[in-house]
Amino acid sequence: MTTPAASRSVPHGPALPPAGHGTRAPGELAPGAGRRDRGALRRSIRRNLTAYAFLVGALLCFALFSWFPMVREVILAFQRTHRGTTTWAGWHNLRQITADPAFWQAWRNTAQFTGYALVLGFAVPFVVAVVLNELRHFQGYLRILVYLPVMLPPVASVLLFKYFYDPGYGLFNEILHALHLPTSQWLQSTHTAMLSVVIASTWMNMGGATLIYLAALQGIPGELYEAVELDGAGLLRRVWHVTIPQTRLVLSLLLLMQIISTMQVFTEPYLLTGGAGPQGSTTTVVYLIYQYAFNFDNYGAAAALGLVLLIVLAVFSGIYVRLNRETGE
Amino acid sequence: MATTDLRPRTLISPAQLNRPRGRFLYWTVLALVLAVFTLVFLGPLYWMITGGLKTTHEIIQSPPTLYPHHPRPAEYGKAWSDLGLGRLLINTLYYAFGALAFQLVLDVSAAFALSKLRPVLGKAVLGMMLATLMIPATVLVVPQYLTVLDVPLIHRNLLNSPWAIWLPSVTNAFNIFLLKRFFDSIPRELLEAAEIDGAGPLRTLWAVILPISRPILGVVSIFAVVNVWKDFLWPMLTEPDPGKRTLGVGIYALSTGVTENEVIAALAIASVPTVVIFLFFQRNIMAGLSAGSLKG
Repeated sequence: MTTPAASRSVPHGPALPPAGHGTRAPGELAPGAGRRDRGALRRSIRRNLTAYAFLVGALLCFALFSWFPMVREVILAFQRTHRGTTTWAGWHNLRQITADPAFWQAWRNTAQFTGYALVLGFAVPFVVAVVLNELRHFQGYLRILVYLPVMLPPVASVLLFKYFYDPGYGLFNEILHALHLPTSQWLQSTHTAMLSVVIASTWMNMGGATLIYLAALQGIPGELYEAVELDGAGLLRRVWHVTIPQTRLVLSLLLLMQIISTMQVFTEPYLLTGGAGPQGSTTTVVYLIYQYAFNFDNYGAAAALGLVLLIVLAVFSGIYVRLNRETGE
Repeated sequence: MATTDLRPRTLISPAQLNRPRGRFLYWTVLALVLAVFTLVFLGPLYWMITGGLKTTHEIIQSPPTLYPHHPRPAEYGKAWSDLGLGRLLINTLYYAFGALAFQLVLDVSAAFALSKLRPVLGKAVLGMMLATLMIPATVLVVPQYLTVLDVPLIHRNLLNSPWAIWLPSVTNAFNIFLLKRFFDSIPRELLEAAEIDGAGPLRTLWAVILPISRPILGVVSIFAVVNVWKDFLWPMLTEPDPGKRTLGVGIYALSTGVTENEVIAALAIASVPTVVIFLFFQRNIMAGLSAGSLKG
């Protein structure tokens, strides 16, 4: 925020103000500036008009597709539409969704998904990053490999995994079979369906986190390792006493980011199991919102559930913002 | 091994690595990592590309074949025509590059105004834009969808229209943030020089700012295209007409009606553009990732 108002619209031709005032920001004019006031005011108005002319397109888009929907989300949550007439419904929508047994199941599943995703999607990229950071060869190749799935259209990765998971001829069971290991029903069993979704999701998304960890690892001063090494710290103790504390902030930021994004999971379970999965075992909160809105045309219930999700995620977002401020200047 | 000496010290000390045992361990780990990573990350892609060449029978054969024994490139052609991939591809390109154009014009000019013209309430506007980053996207899907069905004020239905993808793509607060931060770093002397030469704001933006902003514009553009290419839920909701679908939605919708090898061939075709973009621009993409990742 150090750049002062530098480029202002300067009127062409005779209206050009006397040189010397051009470097002054309009708001800074002293009260006693006298006849200069009008020129400055005119320039200030002109500058603002120009600025808003540049802004208007983006402002309209934000108003229509971000700000207004945000307000509308809250309004919808307390309204109901019955046979074309919309009325205020008070807490009716909220009571309706919490009375639905699917509500609690969806939250349980979402929590379970987030839990698995943290173990896999949080720990795996970190370990991978630590290992990659030690390797001095093929660095570019390995990085490209890890990030490649992130660039694939999710439909491609997910449908691919769907074929791998097939209990009959799927690749995973074939491999397990060849290794004389017990095979699994994967997506078709209530026990493993969610885990299967998480494995696919981790494969698809871990590239981003890995590269961010790698960047953080490269910022660790080498002397720290040398110092603990003098104390005779072995490999694991070096990780514990230097690597993890030095990347603590990045780790916790990504942890929260991951919680926030995995709690909104939709595409993976929707494509892998059709959303609900065996006996609703992969119904997530966002899938339930989708069902209310687009299968049952109950926008009120969908909005109410969305509001609950929003509040839960707001807690995590709040922590994220605080941590982010700590890392900042 | 010249690169070894230039690298900063990491977890394992160079001395340790140079011992015979250290060296042996290093090369073992490297070989293992290379093998496992190639298998895990390229394996599925290999399976996808070769799967599209296999016959309907071969692809579900047990045990699976490592390579297509009777490669049939015709499967790709069949997938192309049966799933109407040409249409889907054109749609997706149209949406993606339209979104790119909208984002470049509207987000760049917004960031320019906020950074260099600094209007009254500029900070509040920026704050309100950044606040949208804190709102989980999926929560807003329902009210956004209602906006598409009946746009306030002009009362138009944007369903099945490309505008339903283009306009929301502009509300990418993160782009505006990245662009504004880059513009902030441009020294004011440059702009003053342009001003003295009599350049108005539009000319300053076009002739002074944009040319030096190429790196950040590159990052924003790549992600604009890739985001549309990867999106699923939103295009599924807003472009339901079979003739208007995107590649992802279209393939998914038709995947149950055709044979498995055709679907896999179609998936391989759909993956090509983003993979090519990635291989071409991987430097920019990875730089952009670390530029913005933590300062949301």
